[in-house]
Amino acid sequence: MERNDKLVLEMKNIAKEYYGNKVLKGINLSVREGEIHGIVGENGAGKSTLMNILFGMSVIHSTGGFQGSIEFLGKPVTITSPFDAMALGIGMVHQEFMLIPGYSVTENIKLNREITKENFLSKILGPPIRTLDWVAMGQDARNALSKLEMDIDEWVKIAGLPVGHMQFVEIARELDKKNIKLLVFDEPTAVLTESEAERLLSTLRRLAESGISILFITHRLHEIMEVCHNITVLRDGVQVATKPRSETTLEELARLMVGHTIESIAKRKTSLEQRKTILKVRNLRVLMPGETVYKVDLEIKEGEIFGIGGLAGQGKIGIANGIMGLYDSYGSVEFEGQTLPLNHPREAVKRGLAFLSEDRRGVGLLLDMSVEMNIVAPAIEIQKKFLKNLGVFSFLDRTQIRQFAQKMIQNLDIRCLGPEQPVKRLSGGNQQKVCIAKALALEPKLLFVSEPTRGIDIGAKKRVLDTLVELNQTSGMTVVLTSSELAELRSICDRIAIISEGRVMGILQPDAEDAQFGLLMAGEYAERQ
Amino acid sequence: MRNGSDTQKTASFFDPIQRVIRSFGLPRIIIILFLLSLWVAAAFLSIPFPALLSDTFVRLGMNTVLTLSMLPAILVGTGLFFGLPLGIICGLLGGVMSIELNLKGLTAFFAAIGFSIPMAILVGYGYGLLLNRVKGSEMTVGTYVGFAFVSLMSFGWVTLPFKNPEMAWAIGKGIRVTVSLEGRFSNVLNKLWAFEVYGIRIPTGAIVFLGFLCFLMWLFLRTRTGLALQECGMNPKFAKASGIDVDRMRIVGTIISTILGAIGILAYAQGFGFLQLYEAPMYMGFIAAAAILIGGATLKTAKISHVLIGTFLFQGILVVALPVANTVATLGSLAEISRIIVSNGIILYALAQKGGNE
Repeated sequence: MERNDKLVLEMKNIAKEYYGNKVLKGINLSVREGEIHGIVGENGAGKSTLMNILFGMSVIHSTGGFQGSIEFLGKPVTITSPFDAMALGIGMVHQEFMLIPGYSVTENIKLNREITKENFLSKILGPPIRTLDWVAMGQDARNALSKLEMDIDEWVKIAGLPVGHMQFVEIARELDKKNIKLLVFDEPTAVLTESEAERLLSTLRRLAESGISILFITHRLHEIMEVCHNITVLRDGVQVATKPRSETTLEELARLMVGHTIESIAKRKTSLEQRKTILKVRNLRVLMPGETVYKVDLEIKEGEIFGIGGLAGQGKIGIANGIMGLYDSYGSVEFEGQTLPLNHPREAVKRGLAFLSEDRRGVGLLLDMSVEMNIVAPAIEIQKKFLKNLGVFSFLDRTQIRQFAQKMIQNLDIRCLGPEQPVKRLSGGNQQKVCIAKALALEPKLLFVSEPTRGIDIGAKKRVLDTLVELNQTSGMTVVLTSSELAELRSICDRIAIISEGRVMGILQPDAEDAQFGLLMAGEYAERQ
Repeated sequence: MRNGSDTQKTASFFDPIQRVIRSFGLPRIIIILFLLSLWVAAAFLSIPFPALLSDTFVRLGMNTVLTLSMLPAILVGTGLFFGLPLGIICGLLGGVMSIELNLKGLTAFFAAIGFSIPMAILVGYGYGLLLNRVKGSEMTVGTYVGFAFVSLMSFGWVTLPFKNPEMAWAIGKGIRVTVSLEGRFSNVLNKLWAFEVYGIRIPTGAIVFLGFLCFLMWLFLRTRTGLALQECGMNPKFAKASGIDVDRMRIVGTIISTILGAIGILAYAQGFGFLQLYEAPMYMGFIAAAAILIGGATLKTAKISHVLIGTFLFQGILVVALPVANTVATLGSLAEISRIIVSNGIILYALAQKGGNE
């Protein structure tokens, strides 16, 4: 292939703030004709914000626009809506399919761009009632599909197609747009099987050879290494590096992607090998939408802080949710040597497991209820605490509830106007502390904590983490911390399991090298562990 | 400086008003103003005020329990209890059975309640099972289940083998459209311990009865089950994570609402003096729903105080509107029209509010 030097897209010095929070800091990106340009980064690195800017999504413009400039085919352009982007010849293949299941492949490809011909009514009443030219549409669809070397029938309904084929129909739809110059693939292989992914990659190469430029966003580093000409790494909104493929390695990309400097807390003295196993998980499968767990085996030791990390959507969140019985799960779980029934939230809490949900406002709290009732509600339900008996009936014991809530407010330093304030008025950090207090009221032996610092400010983050460490050290409570923030896991955990594609890719010490974490998160080199 | 302090003054002057409007809710304020203006109009038209208040208290005694039946359903998260006709029919059946057994007075009243509760439990259980299958559209489904059940029972009233000549049609089979409670339990609660102050007659028995039911409800909400029920309504995911069987709780809430509907119609009937069968229960649910909403409840939150305030305001308007309207214009149906506008308007407002918040 002859490399072309014509620039298709140039994004210069792109910066973006959301409510004073800088999410992109001076990104420069240029893509040549026929180039496949890879973009890698952890969740929250700024990949999707960058693409939202390119497509003029309303989320960008309703929050004050962005800084920097975009040139397309050498001319400066302003893109204020996805339609502008489409008109320029920028297409997007989405991670989630935007297809209508009840329509045929052709109808989906030609949707809203149907080919029509005149009939006698349309001559009177105008274009909206022209007849569809099915033959021409079918031919166009056929052409687009054959460019992808797809041999599926262009008239079958989408509904019954395998997932991989749907992905190709999406691509075919973009290709069918005649002026397409630049195609963005947003994690296109996430839902594909290995062979389908292979096929997609070779399709990418062929498209590039035909002169279409491609922006390829993925977290699978080996795919990037396989097809991309140039690679840009983003981390925390900063462009860490842009390199030609030939000048970099998988390990380097992984290190660049993670690249945090870690301050670890003092490590504990007793070795974990001597401790007994408190929770044993075998073949766990959890059907949590968006966070499906396929097959997880774990052994968690008594009294440790165990970390579960990995990228979003890989299933790390599903593990705790599955064991606590909130989503349909299969497999076997042993707690303190006894089988724990799955899909049974009540039993899990009864046995001494507690859960701080990642969805604090959705699952963790009764927003309209008072601080005190939030703290004691599960303990009342499960352990029949905080009740006083009057004859046959028992009623809530207000004084006992108040005393306990006040103790918790003091111990955890929950900033509120008083135990009767509704929790929805508290800040995120204080709400999280209410959740912790709620778990403590149950006096659990093992505490699952999911994304405890999501959406709370930096000062509160540290206090929440300190609280967890303190609980672990003073009362010996086993803590299983699930977090997207690797730095957080590495600062307090004894061991960290990295989850990718619903499986444990490996278990690392918190002081392991950055590259190792990066590789496991990208789903690479599981066999090395 | 002066300017600054001036603006502050205006702010501090309007602030309390705004706070009152916000905490009280605009529709409630409009309703209160409407009621007050009706009272003023009544005074100008020299309609005797004590009589109006007496009537309002009687209406309060008749309707509060029906309004109270909305409370458990809202708290457990199934929204307004438009399945109220189901409970009402259970209550009517209880009333009819008590007449059939030739009971009289308070015995007849409480026997009717006793007969209707087991039926209400059964019906409420079945209705609860149904509601668990249509999560998210309980109110729509409930409305039509209510309508359908009323129509179905119209066949029932014709075919049920009740023999007492007070109820049966003179010719053929079945029960009459309205059954008089004269000599049965008409006004049994209203007359119990009744007294008069400044010409206002207080139906003590009825007030005590509804007060007792409200007190039971208040106690129930402070039990473990009561708390669990409220958790289901506020946040089903929280409830599930706390080990509560959400579906079971929803059935419990529906049963309690159905039972209260049954008791409610009997309290209504004793004040009204008749059992109204066939199509009569059809729109009862809307009146009760409107009352609790006027009281300040939303589709997701409600308190016992909302039940009491709402019923008082709503029934108060109806009581005054009729004589005022009759004096001002001789259109007979003006009071009925205003009732329909107020009740449907407030339900519409509540449903629109729900859409706005989401």
